[in-house]
This record gives sequence, C-alpha cells and structure tokens, in this order.
Amino acid sequence: MIIKCPYCGPRDVIEFVYQGDASRTRPEPASTDQAEWNRYVYDRANPSGSHREYWLHSGGCRQHLLVVRDMSSHAISSVSFARENTSSGDRR
Amino acid sequence: MAEIDSPLGSNYIAGEHGNVAAGIGVSLAERRNLSIIQVTAWPNTIPTVLTAIGSATGLIIDNKPGLGRVAGEKSVFGFAPGRFLVTAASADLETRLRSAISADLGTIVPLTHGRCVIRIAGPASEWVLSKLFALDFSEHAFAVGHGRATLHHDIHALIQRVDQDAFDLYIFRTFARSFWTILGHAAEEVGYRVG
Repeated sequence: MIIKCPYCGPRDVIEFVYQGDASRTRPEPASTDQAEWNRYVYDRANPSGSHREYWLHSGGCRQHLLVVRDMSSHAISSVSFARENTSSGDRR
Repeated sequence: MAEIDSPLGSNYIAGEHGNVAAGIGVSLAERRNLSIIQVTAWPNTIPTVLTAIGSATGLIIDNKPGLGRVAGEKSVFGFAPGRFLVTAASADLETRLRSAISADLGTIVPLTHGRCVIRIAGPASEWVLSKLFALDFSEHAFAVGHGRATLHHDIHALIQRVDQDAFDLYIFRTFARSFWTILGHAAEEVGYRVG
C-alpha cells in the first residue's frame, strides 16, 4: 500500500504507523459514564467501505496524518495533515 | 572544536572493494568536522526562519517540501513542515544561527555529535541507494539540493542530493557502523572505493 504524504509524497506503508480510528469522539474527560467510555475505547464500526483513520509518518516527516481509506479495497481517497482537520479542544 | 571520533571505526577501510574489474561504480566517504544543526520554526514563523537561515549561511530556500540548496561544504534542506537541517564545515554555525533565530522564531538543536554523514558519489549511486530505500532517486523526482526523510528498515536517514550523481546520507551515529557495512555490501556489485 502506498500513502501519499502531503509533505514527503508517495511512500510505502512500511514508513507509517497506524494510529487508530479517526471517526470516534472522546467523551468529556470528567465523564463517569462507563458505557460511553466503553464505546469509545472498544467499539469499532469496521465498515466495508470508506473509513477515516489516523496514521503517523514515523519513517519520514513524523507528521500525524488523516487518511480516508476504503476498508475493502485499501484505495486511499484523501490524505491530509491531522492538525488541519481538528480544531483546538477537539477531544479525538 | 575537538575532533569527534568516527563511529565507523575499523569498518572504514580505505581502498577499492567489490567488483572493480569494470571500474568504480561509487565512492564512499565520511564527511568529517561538520556542524549539523536542526532548525525548527513555529507554524507561523517559517518564512522568517528561512530568511534568518539565509542571513546566517548565505543559503536561501523557499518554503516548499524537501527543497534545499548546496554550496560547497554548506547545505540546507527541509525534511518536514517547518524543519530544516543546516550543515557547514565551520564550528560557529550554531552561534550564527542562534544569533539570527530567537526562541520567538523557532528552536535550534545541535546534532553534530548525533549524526554521521556518509557521501556516496559516482555513476551507480542511484542504483545502489535504490537497493536500500524505497524512493525514486531519478533526478526529475529528486533534484539536486533537495532532501528526503526516510528509513532503511529501522534506521532513519536524511538524504540530500548534493550533485547529479552524489548524495549525503545523515545517519544516527549509533547505527552508522551497521549502515556503513550494509552500504558496502550493496555497493560490492558495482565496485566501490572508500576514501
């Protein structure tokens, strides 16, 4: 699989580390809702199709990336810097 | 400045090695007595920091991915957003950069003691490097002066093309002897000269 890093250009997946599902939202830190935390930590939709996920370009520019990847074909439709897709205070 | 011991040690064996019957494909050498400085700009100060690097070194580059310049022993290139590696054969490079770049503009990290710089030059340099790194080393994709951050298995490397058929490899000092040995094995096929 090739991921096109916005800074480095196309690189082999061996240079990247998967950093998790980017579609979930972390509960309020003060929340004591066990079910909500359980959903955040363990529940994954695992869709057959488009999926938002975080990757770290650990073997290159070391930037966190937001990748939209098709889970069935591995086709990547977009790659951007994660910081450009999260606002200050975002709890993902 | 005291001279730093080479991390390559007894593995640095000057002379010709490998299949040299048809000529020398590449020459390998360690660049010594360099000052190596990483400069990192804050997100909103990148153009100002590039101007400051230019005033301290005479090497001016634009803020574009991987862009760099080489002039003799001096070089600069970007390897990540807002991050630049500056190298010169003068001991006062860090002082000049610190006087030009305040903490309001960015940070300066001296890497002189942490990196080993290996120069590979010759007509087969692209061929040999292509065995080790999953990069396009052809000149249209990797122009003179430009830099790349990549890795060979778990050994990180910063690579700058310094001439049409020459590259500088910045390797972590602790991995340098191992990488040097691997590089020698990769170059045996084309014949190589050390020194």
